[in-house]
Amino acid sequence: MTLSRGARLALRAFTALGLAFVYVPLFLVVLNSFNADRSFGWPPSGLTTAWWAHALDNEGARQAVLTSLKAGAGATAVALVLGTMVAFAVQRFRFFGRDTVSLLVVLPIALPGIVTGIALGNAFQVVLKPLGIGLGLFTVIVGHATFCIVTIYNNVLARLRRMGTAVEEASADLGADPFQTFRYVTFPLLRPALLAGGLLAFALSFDEIIVTTFTAGPGVTTLPIWIFTNLFRPNQAPVVNVVAAVLIVLSVVPVWLAQRLSGEATAH
Amino acid sequence: MSGLAPTTLPGRPASLRRRAAALLHRRPLVRLGLLLSAPMLWLVVAYLGALFAMLLTAFWSTDTFTGEVDRTFTWQNFQDLWTGEVYRTIALRSVAVAAGVTVLCLAIAFPMAFYMAKVARPRWRPYLLIAVLTPLWAAYLVKVYAWRVILADDGLLNWALGPLGARGPGYGLTATVLVLTYLWLPYMILPIYTGLERLPDSLLDASGDLGAGTLRTLRRVVAPMVFPSIAAGSLFTFSLSLGDYITVKIVGGRGQLIGNVVYDNIGAANDLPFAAAVATVPVVVMLVYIAAVRRTGALEEL
Repeated sequence: MTLSRGARLALRAFTALGLAFVYVPLFLVVLNSFNADRSFGWPPSGLTTAWWAHALDNEGARQAVLTSLKAGAGATAVALVLGTMVAFAVQRFRFFGRDTVSLLVVLPIALPGIVTGIALGNAFQVVLKPLGIGLGLFTVIVGHATFCIVTIYNNVLARLRRMGTAVEEASADLGADPFQTFRYVTFPLLRPALLAGGLLAFALSFDEIIVTTFTAGPGVTTLPIWIFTNLFRPNQAPVVNVVAAVLIVLSVVPVWLAQRLSGEATAH
Repeated sequence: MSGLAPTTLPGRPASLRRRAAALLHRRPLVRLGLLLSAPMLWLVVAYLGALFAMLLTAFWSTDTFTGEVDRTFTWQNFQDLWTGEVYRTIALRSVAVAAGVTVLCLAIAFPMAFYMAKVARPRWRPYLLIAVLTPLWAAYLVKVYAWRVILADDGLLNWALGPLGARGPGYGLTATVLVLTYLWLPYMILPIYTGLERLPDSLLDASGDLGAGTLRTLRRVVAPMVFPSIAAGSLFTFSLSLGDYITVKIVGGRGQLIGNVVYDNIGAANDLPFAAAVATVPVVVMLVYIAAVRRTGALEEL
């Protein structure tokens, strides 16, 4: 198939437009965090850094970031363990119901968030309340981990498939027991996949709002919840803008990390 | 590593550990059982259990006076759902929005992915991919918020369209579709790009050499081979749009989707059984969708 010059140019222009569509809103948010006008109309009447100074002392926003970091770390840790276990079971064994298991891992992310949210929220109320455990950070972590398992699972599964079993068999033949083989052979080979999957899981959790709404107790405010509750308050708009701008700028970090990781993975 | 004698391994293995290791080595079934135990406890008992409990709740009712849940079996919620004109409209509207977003995403994603995977210089391809994927890491709420600012009365869109004598859609259903398309676009580009990248150029050349025009090659060679990737992408765009209620709240004006009905029934109305009944609608739609998509082999593309 040979594309005409016109078709190539048209495709290029289309892609450029598509990228503009993707980036213009993001740039606008960053620019607006310096907008002197409180109503953030366009074009800005002047530029100021006052909102940034203002946002840095905002106690609510700081607490929310901390809560989100805790929830993300907890959910990622749980998902790393569970996701790796399922990936091993599905990749290394043939058993009845194997397809169902892989479907089950995808289900929490394939079903709409609100379904997972109210189902888990309801179950926590019914099961945990009699045990004296109310909704809180713990229940948020459980909820997030449920839909984070799939990212680890996918990464580890792909890695295991490419790895084969030869090195592990060699390790066993040389006298290592299963624990030693895992620690000295399998785990180091899996590390890039675990890091990539963990990064994705953390990002998913950090960004999640729907499941969080139904599983967080009244005292637990993650960053997305904080943004959402302050979105409709005009006097908080400048601070929301700065927080949004920071999140956009920070989103480059995981991309950079992922890039380095994949470089490392191909170098091995 | 030269001295791979057992002494280089830390400590002397405790006998319990050695017995456990021997058992694991000899019995693959024990290994499998242990590997599956915790994840299945979590996913089957906790998650499926919670879903099942929610389904059960849908057959209960709420006492309108006390607000307590009455645990006697009734079809009432589903009857209300089925006969209520409003709910049918909202359910159909939600499916239409999800389908519209999916079609729009596909229409934008396919040309972009095709350019990125087949037309752009190979040296540029990874950078284009990064450019498309970076916004995925930016927070969901931040992106919706950005559009709220753009679509506002004195926002960027009306400012840009003003000289042309046109106005933006304002907050409403159109804005919802637009913003959802914006949000989920990368989820469609990525699988299609991966699918196209795997498609050997030689197949396209062969098709051309055998006399097929560009459109025919696209239809007869490219489309069938990337179809699973498209289906995989659509699973994201469709599911994510179907359950969304936050975007609707921020840019949707007074419009409602099925997610809002569920949310309002839990929050304001405090009617969990009815909310659960409404929530079964997107679940059934998604299960049908997954079953259809599964036949294309799309689940392996996720």
